[in-house]
Amino acid sequence: MTEFITLNDETIGYLGKVVLQGISLKINVGERVALVGESGAGKSTLLRTIYERQNAESALIPQDLGLVHALSVFHNVYMGRLHLRSVWRNLRNLLRPATAELKAVRDVLTRLRLEDELRSLVGELSGGQQQRTAVGRALYHPGDALIADEPVSAVDEHQAHDILRHIQESKDTTILAMHDRALAIRYSDRLIGVKDGRIALDEPAAGMQPSDLDDLYQTA
Amino acid sequence: MSDVQKQSPLHRTAFSFLAIAVVCAIFADIEITTVNPWTELGRMALGIVTPDFLATDDFGMAMLYTLSFALLGVTFGNIIGFGLALVFFSRTVRIGCAFIRAIHELFWALLFLQIFGLSPLTGILAIGIPYAGIIAKVYAEILEEGDQAPLLTLPNSVSRASAFVFVQLPGAWAHFKTYSMYRLECGLRSSAVLGFVGLPTLGFHLESAFSQGNYSEAAALLFAFFAVIATMRLWMHKRMLPVYLIGAAAALPWGLTFTWDNIVRFLTRDIVPYPLRAEGDGDTMAALGDWLHLLLVDQALPGTIATIQLTMVALIATGLLTMVMFPLISPLLLRAKARMLGHLTLVVIRSTPEYILAFVLLQLWGPSMLPAIIALALHNGAIIGHLIGRFTETMNLRIDAARGINLYLYEIVPRIYRSILALLFYRWEVILRETAILGILGIATLGYYIDSAFAELRFDRALILILVTALLNICVDAISRSIRAKLRLQTSLEHT
Repeated sequence: MTEFITLNDETIGYLGKVVLQGISLKINVGERVALVGESGAGKSTLLRTIYERQNAESALIPQDLGLVHALSVFHNVYMGRLHLRSVWRNLRNLLRPATAELKAVRDVLTRLRLEDELRSLVGELSGGQQQRTAVGRALYHPGDALIADEPVSAVDEHQAHDILRHIQESKDTTILAMHDRALAIRYSDRLIGVKDGRIALDEPAAGMQPSDLDDLYQTA
Repeated sequence: MSDVQKQSPLHRTAFSFLAIAVVCAIFADIEITTVNPWTELGRMALGIVTPDFLATDDFGMAMLYTLSFALLGVTFGNIIGFGLALVFFSRTVRIGCAFIRAIHELFWALLFLQIFGLSPLTGILAIGIPYAGIIAKVYAEILEEGDQAPLLTLPNSVSRASAFVFVQLPGAWAHFKTYSMYRLECGLRSSAVLGFVGLPTLGFHLESAFSQGNYSEAAALLFAFFAVIATMRLWMHKRMLPVYLIGAAAALPWGLTFTWDNIVRFLTRDIVPYPLRAEGDGDTMAALGDWLHLLLVDQALPGTIATIQLTMVALIATGLLTMVMFPLISPLLLRAKARMLGHLTLVVIRSTPEYILAFVLLQLWGPSMLPAIIALALHNGAIIGHLIGRFTETMNLRIDAARGINLYLYEIVPRIYRSILALLFYRWEVILRETAILGILGIATLGYYIDSAFAELRFDRALILILVTALLNICVDAISRSIRAKLRLQTSLEHT
């Protein structure tokens, strides 16, 4: 199996503070990993580290989404492939999008039931619509892997299932931080629990119950 | 226009302004008329690397006068402006302030030269009066935006004066101080430029150095001027202010007095429209009508058209240059070393008064609108570029954001687009005021006709033309404010 990323007894800080300690981790290509744990446990820092160390071109959904509010949904999703196009083509699509590009982006948005908002400015959308726009950008990204921080936190449960299914269909390797334990177990085959800056749990997801994760959420 | 973004009012407005500017540019007189513009540029470049600080006889005095006029003028404007800010709720005061700030320092100077001659009063009032109008407005806004909540907690019987001193003033004071420093920097620029109409400041010597082709001398004068502005925050201390003010007052040549006869003659005779004071038989009112008609049609109208035309082209050119200038100091696009150079470039360009920039370019390229457009765009582009560049320092981009030009196009420009438009509309009126003034250099804007009227001693005409210029300024200011309000454009930068 090809390995996606390996961390060996790493101590990782963020803004000068030690957030994660003694992290050893190996994730292979094709794995579906869910990161669980309390907020503030260090999940976001771990995701950021994984993104920075991986060598493949992976798609990323950061917690604050990183959308450009002054641009349309089309442009924000198109940005998933910005690095593949020439600057001239990007400039042209910024001013007047090509029909082919519009169609390709609309196809992605249809899967997320956001096709009606193709021309809307992201700043005018609801929180859930903005999150789906960020997912759209990740789906449009050509990479086979996705690293995402709470990708479905702002949508209802029904949509969450839809979105996670689409993510699984289009990405081989997924590393998703999720606070919803049921979703985490259902859409992963490996659970990694983070507690107090350390990896407290690393087990296959099959057969797990949400209550099995209680330890992660109790303060010592 | 993109068909992907819904046609927003913001895009429509920006596009209309662009279209108007293109039309204006088509009809504008833009050409290089000098035979050897590039040899002259070479000589100027040589002058820059060989500055001669001993060439100007009165170098020290020119520097001293420039500082003195600026210090006294800005202090005068600050005191009067502060007083006016307290009564800014009065409609009369607001209109009065709009009027006095709509007339540029140079026009005030041309007027006062007729009244007070070369007396120091001319320079102090020429800076102080328009600054009082500007400062009154800014201070009133600061007081209004201050935290009003503590006012509610005061006992009901507290007098307005006590409430003001204890609640409103402490919060506003720091803003007043910051703004005063900025005004002093503007005052230094204004003071230097006043030399171009005859006051004994740096501009006077700059003009003669340039026209004689003594570029080493001109470079030395400019360098000294930059040094004063760059070190302002080092020497300008609250405690030293009284010393500076007394020194400034002592340095100025008060011996050059004026006569009351002169003032009375100017006010009661010189500025009275010619037909009213002419000893003629016949219909005075008809003669006055003809006089006014000729003045408006032959001078005010073409002057106004040229002023608007130049302003619109310069406004769009400023916007375009801003897009090029802000990356020079943005940490998102350039490394630290390259940014140092960018900062230096922007500081030099925005410290140089646009009047001097235009004057230099005019020497290079000959008379047309081109030098004025480039000068206005450079100066204002550097000011807005500086604000926007500093703003990008606080932007948080996602870690997988694109790089280079893609980053610029898709992540940065869309985020600052509104702010740039807001600042452009805000500076629209400033650019208009400067455009009128550049007429003194020979470009056919309103300033050209005003300057000619002064040269021909036709002060009655000059006064009417100055009133037309002020009115045009007030109109543009009002349009700009209504556009910014309608599009909810804010000049204070914030993340969207």
